Amino acid sequence: MKAIETLNLSKAFKKRKAVDGLTLSIEKGEFFALLGQNGAGKTTTIKILCGLSKPTEGKAFVLGKDVSSDDSFKEKINVSPQETAVAPNLSVYENLKFIAEIYGNKRNAASEKAENMIKYFSLSERRNDKAKTLSGGMQRKLSIAMALITDPEVLFLDEPTLGLDVRARRELWEKIKTLKGKVTIILTTHYLEEAEALADRICIMNRGRISEIGTVQELKEKTGKDNFEDVFLMLTEQEDEL
Amino acid sequence: MNISVFSSRNSKEIIRDPLSIAFGIGLPLILQIFVSALQNKIGVDIFKIEYFTSGIAVFSFSFVSLFSGMLISKDRTSSFLNKLFSSPLSAFEYILGYTFPMLFIAIIQSVCCFALSIALGMQFNANIIYAVIVLIPVSLLFIAIGILLGSLFNDKQVGGIFAGFAQVVALSSGMWFDLNLIGGVMKSICYALPFAHAVDLVKGVVIGNYSGLFIHFIWIAVYTVVIYILAVKVFKKNMKN
Repeated sequence: MKAIETLNLSKAFKKRKAVDGLTLSIEKGEFFALLGQNGAGKTTTIKILCGLSKPTEGKAFVLGKDVSSDDSFKEKINVSPQETAVAPNLSVYENLKFIAEIYGNKRNAASEKAENMIKYFSLSERRNDKAKTLSGGMQRKLSIAMALITDPEVLFLDEPTLGLDVRARRELWEKIKTLKGKVTIILTTHYLEEAEALADRICIMNRGRISEIGTVQELKEKTGKDNFEDVFLMLTEQEDEL
Repeated sequence: MNISVFSSRNSKEIIRDPLSIAFGIGLPLILQIFVSALQNKIGVDIFKIEYFTSGIAVFSFSFVSLFSGMLISKDRTSSFLNKLFSSPLSAFEYILGYTFPMLFIAIIQSVCCFALSIALGMQFNANIIYAVIVLIPVSLLFIAIGILLGSLFNDKQVGGIFAGFAQVVALSSGMWFDLNLIGGVMKSICYALPFAHAVDLVKGVVIGNYSGLFIHFIWIAVYTVVIYILAVKVFKKNMKN
């Protein structure tokens, strides 16, 4: 069974197609990156795969479940959305415990997991502070910790390092790296070096369609470019010219 | 289990905004003290403590609509709700998770309202306990309105709408004047809305006159069920968009 499979997946908003005939499959344990310019359809794809948006055409399966008709897959996935998604008046610890509990963990187990996440993400000093008092980088870390605390089989990271300074971004990369092979990760990002360093395969999207898909090396070979930024620009340029 | 976890989170979010709570519970009480002082001077039937307390208890629930509306709209606009929508929580669990903490606040409001009335000279009897019980379904109506508003509008819009909504509740409920005095179309409009029925229902229970109360209860129940159904539908639509 694949972690994710989409068949001719499309999502239209009135006349505009945000996702247009997307067909792809992602193996379990794979680190998969979705790249593209703004409005390429990355976030819409993630939203469909998380069950947050219904496709207008086609099918999407997460861990073998049809996302349009069977919500049971939601217990096994988690998401760190593009915008910070924390409960502002809850402390760091309470935010983590809350998420663990709504995914079915008993109070003690949730508490233990929350403490582990606090240690893992070096949030101990801010453990009892309200989430709204944290810096943007800290909130982002908490958001990712809240996505990981449920031990998801599939983890969606929608631009997890957006707005972070270099140090915070590097730190977060290191954390994400340790998950490789253990969790199926679908990452969207505008930082090409992030995808290049972390992803097993990369899908470049443009105007809702797959422009190209493969490993970094395969994409370089297909386009004849040595630099990944050139690969990206070429694949998105080609589509722009159409 | 999920409902209690989500309710607990929502309670914390509201309680940790003490200014809103103080305003929501305190303002109706200040109004009650002011009207009680006025009544001692001018002595009008409508401002008798048994009557006005019923009106103020219903009016105070408009703040419950504000609290629930603001909480949901803030959750929506901050993406927090979007994150939760990808969790195993169902629409039913969300709605109950938002309802229970508000119900708790509404009960506190009712108790504070009647406790103050007793302090101001109202005779304590079993009817007061019955009135607090009857106020529970009435508060559900206001909670449903808040959930609907929060599902439809952002937090700034909810704040603006609340200002108008509180006026509608105050003017159409008959808490400030006897609706029989204005009569005609205005009276019909007021009784087409649920707020006058809510005040009449509570007033009837407080004074122990139960005749004709069932029809008021039916009005409130129908409005509550219809608005809850609408709120759930809009909320479910939000979950998929």
